[in-house]
Amino acid sequence: MNTGLLVLFQFLFFALAAPLLAGWVKRVKARLQNRRGTPLLQGYRELWKLMGKQALVPDTASPVYRIAPYVVFASTLLAAATLPVLGPRLPLASMADIIVLVGLLALGRFFLALAGMDVGTAFGGLGSSREMLISSLAEPAILMAVFTLTLTAHSTNLASVTDFLLHSAPALRPSFLFALMALLLVGIAETGRIPVDNPATHLELTMVHEAMILEYSGRHLALMEWAAQIKLLLYAVLLVNLFFPWGMDAQGTPTGTLVALTAVTFKLAVVGTALGVTESVLAKMRLFKVPLYLDMAFLLALLGLLSHVILEVGSR
Amino acid sequence: MTLLALPLQEQAVFVLAAMVLFTSFLLLAQTRLVTSIHTFAWQGGLVAAITALMAWSSDAPHLYLSAALTLGLKALLIPWMLHRLVRRVELDRHTESLAWPAATLLGGAGLVLFSYWVVLPIEHLELAATRNIVAISLSVVLLGMLLMVARRQIVQEVIGFMSIENGLFLGAVTTAHGMPLVVELGVAFDVLVAAILFGVFFLQIRESIESLDADRLDRLSEREPEA
Repeated sequence: MNTGLLVLFQFLFFALAAPLLAGWVKRVKARLQNRRGTPLLQGYRELWKLMGKQALVPDTASPVYRIAPYVVFASTLLAAATLPVLGPRLPLASMADIIVLVGLLALGRFFLALAGMDVGTAFGGLGSSREMLISSLAEPAILMAVFTLTLTAHSTNLASVTDFLLHSAPALRPSFLFALMALLLVGIAETGRIPVDNPATHLELTMVHEAMILEYSGRHLALMEWAAQIKLLLYAVLLVNLFFPWGMDAQGTPTGTLVALTAVTFKLAVVGTALGVTESVLAKMRLFKVPLYLDMAFLLALLGLLSHVILEVGSR
Repeated sequence: MTLLALPLQEQAVFVLAAMVLFTSFLLLAQTRLVTSIHTFAWQGGLVAAITALMAWSSDAPHLYLSAALTLGLKALLIPWMLHRLVRRVELDRHTESLAWPAATLLGGAGLVLFSYWVVLPIEHLELAATRNIVAISLSVVLLGMLLMVARRQIVQEVIGFMSIENGLFLGAVTTAHGMPLVVELGVAFDVLVAAILFGVFFLQIRESIESLDADRLDRLSEREPEA
């Protein structure tokens, strides 16, 4: 596949598949509750409907409020586009660095929190402060977890990490196990899924993400929700492609691409199902328990790093 | 000595050893007593699995007996006894509030680093890779001690004590292919007897001070000090 096409594919994949994954998770949860659930394409319809509506802006809003949705959406999509989806041959490979990825996500989160506080309502400030509490604890954990991977692959570049994983002999690595568990916990916290935040509620005591975007409407709201869905897909792709890189295509032949696309779709469906099941089983925890939860994630990441040094390198 | 150079069984031993370490950290972070006991049972099960794997990979049939003994005692019998005891003293819904949860966990990570640093100079081992597991088992021992220091609840301290024994056993199995059977049987029965005695002590302590909080065991006489 030529590079221009591949870049286009990356952006389109994340933009278009994100509502589908969110819809799939919703559907799994609905089935577990013995409901029929909304159709899988409902996410697209909602985005389309919101795009066509008037975007109301509060009187007290500053320009930050208006540009925030665009910044959040663009930074999340750009971060997502640096992830290797089908294989390590990536046109954006030179910028596909894990630290850049975390930085882009942090930029989006920064503007999200600013937008929450900009209008001056109580809920916005509350949501922003909670989001910052969670992300300030989650960020060290995610960096530690990915450093475990990068120590093994000797690179912080996602494309070379994937390349390394595809070409190394299969091995049981304890550090990967811990990094996987840490990334799972952090991913759930960062995408605002159930034990940490509930995306399906507007209950003032518990909401985090919803509280920040409470004032938004129309296309602004559509972009914010779309960005949240892309973030979920981003974390899912990060998990499946780093820890289960089976079926990824190293050469870029048409059949290889097709196989890789099927494999990644299948893996994402499995992740979506697992997410739906865990969300149905678990209850949301109190906000003040979240730091302990994220400490656990950090500890797992740290253990991953330690077990890499102690068990895998062996320093001889 | 890199991980990739080892056969698959030993890689599996490493993964299981890392998980034993993880259960030690879970014990350290766990506030619910019953869940703590379950975690301890899992730790015993993992140690038994490592023993069985070592028996298989190094073709040492006597280790199968140790594995069965560990599984029976540490993963089933002692957790069951603790569980029954906790129900009897009505602590099964007990949750303990930890004084410094994050600091304790980070201290635990520090202990892991320390034990790795301690075992680094060890040169003469049958298998170079087992040194790394010695580091893990030493960490499990130290984490068990940390658990005993950090907790006030006596049942938790007993769990810490038993997990120290798990760490020692892990070290013995992986470095020396287990101890002689007589020693192993002796230790196993010691642990069992200790568990029974602890049970008797729990009941006695509870009767005299009506609590299982070790912080309240600071008076030598039973009479109130005279004001």
